Amino acid sequence: MADVLVVAEVAQGRLRKTTLSAITFARQLASRIGGGFSVLVLGKGVSGPAQEAAAFGAKAVHVVDAPALEHYIASTWAAVVAEAATRVGADFVAATSSTFARDLLPRVAARMNAGMVSEVTAIVGDAPPLRFKRPMWAGNVIATVEVKTPKAVFSVRGAEFDAAAAAGGASPVQALAIPVTADPKVRYAGFAATISERPDLTEASVIVSGGRGLRDKQGFEGVLNPLADALHAAIGATRAVVDAGIAPNDLQIGQTGKVVAPNLYIGVALSGAIQHLAGMKNSKVIVAINKDPEAPIFSVADYGLVADAFKAVPELVEEIRKVRGA
Amino acid sequence: MKILVTAKRVTDPDAKIRLKPDGSGIETAGLEYKLNPFCENALEAAISLVEAHGGEAVAVTLGDDAAVQNLRTALAMGAARGIQVKVTDAELDSDLTARILARVFEAEKPDLFLLGKQAVDGDSNQVGQLVAEVLGLPQACFASKIQVTDGKVLVTREVDGGLETLELTLPAVITADLRLNQPRLPKLPDILKAKRKEVKTLTPADLGVEATRKVETVSYEAPPQRAGGVRVKTVQELVEKLKNEAKVL
Ligand SMILES: Cc1cc2nc3c(=O)[nH]c(=O)nc-3n(C[C@H](O)[C@H](O)[C@H](O)COP(=O)(O)OP(=O)(O)OC[C@H]3O[C@@H](n4cnc5c(N)ncnc54)[C@H](O)[C@@H]3O)c2cc1C
Repeated sequence: MADVLVVAEVAQGRLRKTTLSAITFARQLASRIGGGFSVLVLGKGVSGPAQEAAAFGAKAVHVVDAPALEHYIASTWAAVVAEAATRVGADFVAATSSTFARDLLPRVAARMNAGMVSEVTAIVGDAPPLRFKRPMWAGNVIATVEVKTPKAVFSVRGAEFDAAAAAGGASPVQALAIPVTADPKVRYAGFAATISERPDLTEASVIVSGGRGLRDKQGFEGVLNPLADALHAAIGATRAVVDAGIAPNDLQIGQTGKVVAPNLYIGVALSGAIQHLAGMKNSKVIVAINKDPEAPIFSVADYGLVADAFKAVPELVEEIRKVRGA
Repeated sequence: MKILVTAKRVTDPDAKIRLKPDGSGIETAGLEYKLNPFCENALEAAISLVEAHGGEAVAVTLGDDAAVQNLRTALAMGAARGIQVKVTDAELDSDLTARILARVFEAEKPDLFLLGKQAVDGDSNQVGQLVAEVLGLPQACFASKIQVTDGKVLVTREVDGGLETLELTLPAVITADLRLNQPRLPKLPDILKAKRKEVKTLTPADLGVEATRKVETVSYEAPPQRAGGVRVKTVQELVEKLKNEAKVL
C-alpha cells in the first residue's frame, strides 16, 4: 500500500510550523490513495522536534539523528530521505515549500526516479490517477498536472493548505538506522541569520509590506515599524526594497520570494508588479496605500487609500491604537 | 576555467499572461520573448568569472529555432559559443530537461554549471537540483555571491532566515538568484560579433536521451479573480471598514 512521507523542517531546534501544511496535504493525499502518512525528522539532536511532530496523527515519526546531519546539505540529505522513503514503504514524499524544500526535494525525486510537482495548491480527484494544481507564470495560470511515475515528490504551498491541528494521542517516534555519509564535496561555511523579533512572514496573520516609495531604510523602518507594532504584524518587502539593501532578503514577498496569505495584508508605497502580486494576492483582506491612483496594487485591493504613506501611515497607527484600546 | 551556463527563452517576464479561450495554452499572439531573467544572472556570473580567471563560457538552450535568438543574446553578452538542443517546451518536463542538460555537461566537461534558479514561465525551480543529482555533483542553489579559488567555489545562498555560505569542490552546480549581479546589456558590436559565433544544434536522440516525461500538464485555467474593492477617502474610513466590515482589527 502506498504511503506518504512528510519531510519535516527544523529551525533553531524546533519543528517549523510550516511543516503542518505538508501534513494536511499528506492526510488528504493518504485518504485518497487509501494509505497512511508518516513524518521524517532529520538532523543532529532532533528528539525535541520529533516529539512535536508526533501530535498530528501520523502512523509514525521516523527520526534519523546523526552528527553528519548537523547542517543541512542537499546531496547528503537527499540520499537519506530517499533511503528513508524506501525503508518505510512511502511512494510519495512531500514537504512544505520553503528554500529548504525547494533545494532538497528535486534531488530526492531524482534518486527515487519519481516525478516532482512544485508548489502544489490542490489535489484533484478522489482516487488515482490523481492530479495536482500548481501555479505557473507568476500565478497568472493554474496548471493541472499528472505524475506518470509510480512514485512522486511534492512541494506544497503553505498558503493553500491549512496548518494541521493536533490529532490527540501521540504517534510512535522511531529511530531509523540509516547510515549517513556526508558529501565530502560540500563544506558548510556559515550562516548569517536575519535577526527579528517579529513573527515569521509565512506564519503571520497580519503583514505590513513596504515598497520603493518609502525611499530608504529610515523611511521604511520609520513608517512600517510602528504599524507592525500596533498590529503585531510581520514586515514584508518588495524586491526593489531588498535589492536596495533596505530590507534583508528574507522579507521579500513574490514570485521569487515568499508566498503569503495572511488575514490582513497592508501594502504601503509599493506598485503591485505581477511578480509581487504572485506572492500575496491570495491574502484574505488586502489594503493598499499608494499616492498613485493608477497603481496596479489597487486592482487587487479590498480597500484602497490614495495617499502619501509618510502622512497616512502615522495617522493609521493612531487610529488603530484608538480602536484597539477601546 | 570552463563554465556551462543556461540561456532559456521565456515569455516577457513583465507581460500579463492570458489563456487562450479554449484553455489549451497561453495566448502567444503579440507576446514578446526574452532570456529568462535568472539565466541572465547566471550568464553574467559565468562571463565575469571567465573574465577574471580565463577559460570559456558555453551557453546552452533547450528550445525550438526561435530560442536560438535568445542564445545569440547570451553570445552577445560574452559566451564563447552556443549549444541548442532542439525540442519544444511542450515536449519537456523538469526531469527531461535535466537529463538532457546532464548529457550536455558530460560532453562538455565544464568546471562549473551555472543555471537560473527558476524559469519565469514554468516556475518549477527544479532543474539545477535535478542535474546535480543526476551527475552526482554538489550544489549551491539561490546564489547571491560566488567566489572561485583554486578548485573550490564559495557560494552565498539566499535562504529562509538569512544568508548561508557553502564551499563546493569543483565541478559543481550553482543556480543564480536575482541579487547575484546586474546583468550587462550587450553593445551593438557584441551583437554583431555574436552572429558569427558557433552554435551547435543537437537533438535529445543525438545525446542518447530518451524523450519521456514524468509529469504531464493536463489542462490550464485562469486563477480565481479577486472581486473589485473599494476606495476609501480617509484613514478613519479605512479603520472603520477594517473593524466593522472586514473584521480584521
Ligand atoms: C524575474 C523577476 C522576479 C521578480 N520577483 C519579485 C518578487 O518576488 N517580489 C517583488 O516584490 N518583486 C519582484 N520583481 C520585481 C518587480 O517586477 C517590481 O520591480 C517590484 O516589485 C517593484 O517594487 P516596488 O513596488 O517597491 O517599486 P515601484 O514599482 O517603484 O513602486 C513604488 C510605488 O510607490 C508609490 N509611492 C512612491 N512614493 C510614495 C509615497 N510617499 N506614498 C505612497 N506611495 C508612494 C509609487 O506610486 C509606486 O506605485 C521581480 C522581477 C523580475 C523580473
